[in-house]
Amino acid sequence: MDVFATGQHHNPPFVAPANPPILMAHVAAQTKNIQLSTATTLITTTDPVRIAEDYSYVQHLADGRVDLTMGRGNTGPVYPWFGKDIRQGIPLAVENYQLLYRLWHEENVDFSGRFRTPLQGFTATPRPLDDVAPFVWHGSIRSPEIPEQAAFYGDGFFHNNIFWNKEHTERMVDFYRQRYEYYGHGSYDQAIVGLGGQVFIRKNSQDAKREFRPYFDNAPVYGHGPSMEDFTSQTPLTVGSPQEVIERTLSFRDYAGDYQRQLFLMDHAGLPLKTVLEQLDLLGEEVFPVLRKEFDALRPAHVPEAPTHESLVARHKAGKDPIPGGDPDSQAAKDRAKQAEAAQRDHENSK
Amino acid sequence: MTDRLTLAVVTAGLSEDSTTTRLGEAIAKAASGVVEQAGQHLDIKVISLRDLAHGLTDMMITHVASPAVQDAIDTVLNADGLVAASPTYKASYSGLFKQFFDVIDESALENLPTVIAATGGSPRHSLVLDTAMRPLLSYLKALVLPLGIYAASEDWGHADLQRRIDRVGASLGTMLLAGSPGGASGSFDADAARPGLRREVKDEFSNVPDFASLLASVGS
Repeated sequence: MDVFATGQHHNPPFVAPANPPILMAHVAAQTKNIQLSTATTLITTTDPVRIAEDYSYVQHLADGRVDLTMGRGNTGPVYPWFGKDIRQGIPLAVENYQLLYRLWHEENVDFSGRFRTPLQGFTATPRPLDDVAPFVWHGSIRSPEIPEQAAFYGDGFFHNNIFWNKEHTERMVDFYRQRYEYYGHGSYDQAIVGLGGQVFIRKNSQDAKREFRPYFDNAPVYGHGPSMEDFTSQTPLTVGSPQEVIERTLSFRDYAGDYQRQLFLMDHAGLPLKTVLEQLDLLGEEVFPVLRKEFDALRPAHVPEAPTHESLVARHKAGKDPIPGGDPDSQAAKDRAKQAEAAQRDHENSK
Repeated sequence: MTDRLTLAVVTAGLSEDSTTTRLGEAIAKAASGVVEQAGQHLDIKVISLRDLAHGLTDMMITHVASPAVQDAIDTVLNADGLVAASPTYKASYSGLFKQFFDVIDESALENLPTVIAATGGSPRHSLVLDTAMRPLLSYLKALVLPLGIYAASEDWGHADLQRRIDRVGASLGTMLLAGSPGGASGSFDADAARPGLRREVKDEFSNVPDFASLLASVGS
């Protein structure tokens, strides 16, 4: 297993931490190799100053094994609980992330915005490990502004890919890839894509279906709704043998292209701890080795693997950090120059 | 030129031979007569919510539309006109009727010529059109025609019902023609009026603001 990601929640039935770095630090202290991430960090209702400080801190504690995924949240009342307005979800995500980005990339930040108190000459501490901020994924199910944001910064895009039909995931990923190329961070197929997934595995397919059905039928999110068979055909949920899970997961590549991260929703629907641990064993022993081999064999050489702290440090040292909005050679920069020229001409003409 | 127009009939009638469905279809047929007289053709697509009841409930819970529910939503989205028909339950439209409009996008019905129709056991509920159905469809920005039809059980025994149906059908048919590129008997330039009258089916990816403008709208 390469990655563990925790959610951030402020309400039952979720038991995820309100501040993920607490759990990440705990796991980091007990592990050596696994990458620690979030799914997701609430960029809308968490103060970006605290995100900058807490995730930098845990990045040091974990020797760089930290990245994070930005999300806007799935629970309406969280906004008012933290003094925010859900109708401002997108502007909050835009302003807060821009501030977070600056806090990680600039030592002294002057800031004034719509959503938090201004800052004058503020320095977020600790500074990111090796002066390289944790890698950021931006997650969204259906708002195209978020893949646009991810592409602008040259960050990753994550689609949870579980509660939606694949056609929708496909469009979001396609849009992100187009915009990533437009902003000049790499070609269409080099954009950094992560997907979610949801599986229940037993050696024998029928055993998996029989055992998971009562949990599915009563699950907090989709219980008492569609049949497990309908939900399986309409969303990426897979209930079956390791081979079925492998085949289904490989099929994600057909609509998302070569992608860099696959997460699975594992601890949910009231599954007992023992069952969840068995699921992790089955994933680790039977599914991941095959998936890793197959995906690696299919991925062309010019398509990067998921970023790690080491790869980001190397990129930083090589002076190849992505420039928000694109470097001067990007189509985006050329279009901006053209627009500025046209505006200048209009200005001259109106004199 | 001729153009094929499409009319969606959304009916929440539940029984096998439902008067609600019958009423909706009769209005569609009357509208179709008017459209064909003008040399155009009207495709009538009946969406029986009874067949979608499970799918609509599933969608409420999971946000995932079954293929049948998605088809129905797309049919309404792409239609040139709508007949929305419900039985009267407890002084309002039925829950099933509301469920369909609950899962449709806020802007899906914008400027869509719409006739409201309801059935009930007693003529005393005739205001359901104006107290329940019209506010709902107005909220969704449909172009709800002033004429609607309420049919009580006893109305099915009077020729007057057909006259009312024909009258509503005529006003709907005229609206449909006014919005069609073929035009309504050349009395005005329908092509020029079209962008205002006909809704544009919005593609949510076609108009994503450039990120720089999003950034410019907040602090930095």
